Amino acid sequence: MFSGPRQRGLRLLTHAEWCGVPSEADIISTVEFNYSGDLLATGDKGGRVVIFQREQESKSRPHSRGEYNVYSTFQSHEPEFDYLKSLEIEEKINKIRWLPQQNAAHFLLSTNDKTIKLWKISERDKRAEGYNLKDEDGRLRDPFRITALRVPILKPMDLMVEASPRRIFANAHTYHINSISVNSDHETYLSADDLRINLWHLEITDRSFNIVDIKPANMEELTEVITAAEFHPHQCNVFVYSSSKGTIRLCDMRSSALCDRHSKFFEEPEDPSSRSFFSEIISSISDVKFSHSGRYMMTRDYLSVKVWDLNMESRPVETHQVHEYLRSKLCSLYENDCIFDKFECCWNGSDSAIMTGSYNNFFRMFDRNTRRDVTLEASRENSKPRASLKPRKVCTGGKRKKDEISVDSLDFNKKILHTAWHPMENIIAVAATNNLYIFQDKIN
Amino acid sequence: MEDKVTSPEKAEEAKLKARYPHLGQKPGGSDFLRKRLQKGQKYFDSGDYNMAKAKMKNKQLPTAAPEKTEVTGDHIPTPQDLPQRKPSLVTSKLAG
Repeated sequence: MFSGPRQRGLRLLTHAEWCGVPSEADIISTVEFNYSGDLLATGDKGGRVVIFQREQESKSRPHSRGEYNVYSTFQSHEPEFDYLKSLEIEEKINKIRWLPQQNAAHFLLSTNDKTIKLWKISERDKRAEGYNLKDEDGRLRDPFRITALRVPILKPMDLMVEASPRRIFANAHTYHINSISVNSDHETYLSADDLRINLWHLEITDRSFNIVDIKPANMEELTEVITAAEFHPHQCNVFVYSSSKGTIRLCDMRSSALCDRHSKFFEEPEDPSSRSFFSEIISSISDVKFSHSGRYMMTRDYLSVKVWDLNMESRPVETHQVHEYLRSKLCSLYENDCIFDKFECCWNGSDSAIMTGSYNNFFRMFDRNTRRDVTLEASRENSKPRASLKPRKVCTGGKRKKDEISVDSLDFNKKILHTAWHPMENIIAVAATNNLYIFQDKIN
Repeated sequence: MEDKVTSPEKAEEAKLKARYPHLGQKPGGSDFLRKRLQKGQKYFDSGDYNMAKAKMKNKQLPTAAPEKTEVTGDHIPTPQDLPQRKPSLVTSKLAG
């Protein structure tokens, strides 16, 4: 994946395109693998959820390479209107989080700006036949005509995947929900909006506990908002939340019911002489993710990805530049609002590598052990089924070499905001506007 | 002794200030945040909206104006038609 002597690289496994009449509704807004990696859920701006399932590589299908195919599609959220405040509530799915699997069915949480829903996705591959009171069409039989009783038998049928909403968690957020996170206790989860974080029990929809509230008494004094939040992967009492000022607070729910006072405060010291109009905007953290080990966390700000050791609050242990060449373009990026784009980041299963997106359909991967990084492109032209992805390079000035692309030629409308890494294997999912690419690292 | 090397960020800031001399004193401060909190605000008449949704049959609705910009008078507006109201910088004290 990071180039080596043997022919090795990321190859396209699956490409799916959301299309219909070219519309904004087809833009993918979230991507998430489940715990086994066999299912990949995507949410889009039109409120739909599309789940992909990995094909089983088996003797009966020798040609299948473990591709992902569509497993289930359903409308999770609809557009709503809050009449009281004259607010349009977008149906866009902001986040999807899977629950750990406990039985044959799969459960996931999906959320838009205001409402979180728990969906059950189950398979049905048998149908009962031979009912007594109705015939095969479903029409009721005349009870006086029934002369004999029979026992209905189960017959196999074509696999049907059904999605049904099991819980609707509504009316708990005044501001826009940016994160949901399932707790390691598998019973509770948190939801975070710009100013508050709530704790829910998965079984209880009419009540939630507020655990963080940073709303000032006087809104004129508002200086920062919550941008992301996540539960610790193992310690069910610990969660973190990031802010628009580039800070992260770690909270312990055992210390008090309202976690307004943090247990740890992570902030990188800033050189005051380098401060500019853009400093705070580009320091805003758009995503925070714990490592699988639970020892580290990663934050994404506009230009970089930082890895923090939870035991050290004073500064990150690693800083990786995503697209430093954009620093000299901040003025135009502010004018076209791109400076406010919220990029996500993710760890691989062993926490040895991290990935995040950029512009021009580029995404970046960093190997923490070898300190090597690579820029790749997720686009149709670039993804031939058998060829491995070629590394890309952005030329920052001076002479542009062949195959390099200059900063001014980058397409800032082609943003890769959402990426996901399979929990165990080297399989990645990259969402490029209305296209989903799934790549697998294979040795030839 | 002149410092000839300006950081690219400061150079960009100078460019921005040159284009927008009245840009707020508080960079990245409350203005941004409040705009962010008010995303999606649209104003319309819910009575009109519901009537349009219900598709009144007894009354012949006046034909919609040919240009999409005409949203008052003849045309019953729906939320989709309305331009986004630019949020004022002063938040109403009634707003949650």
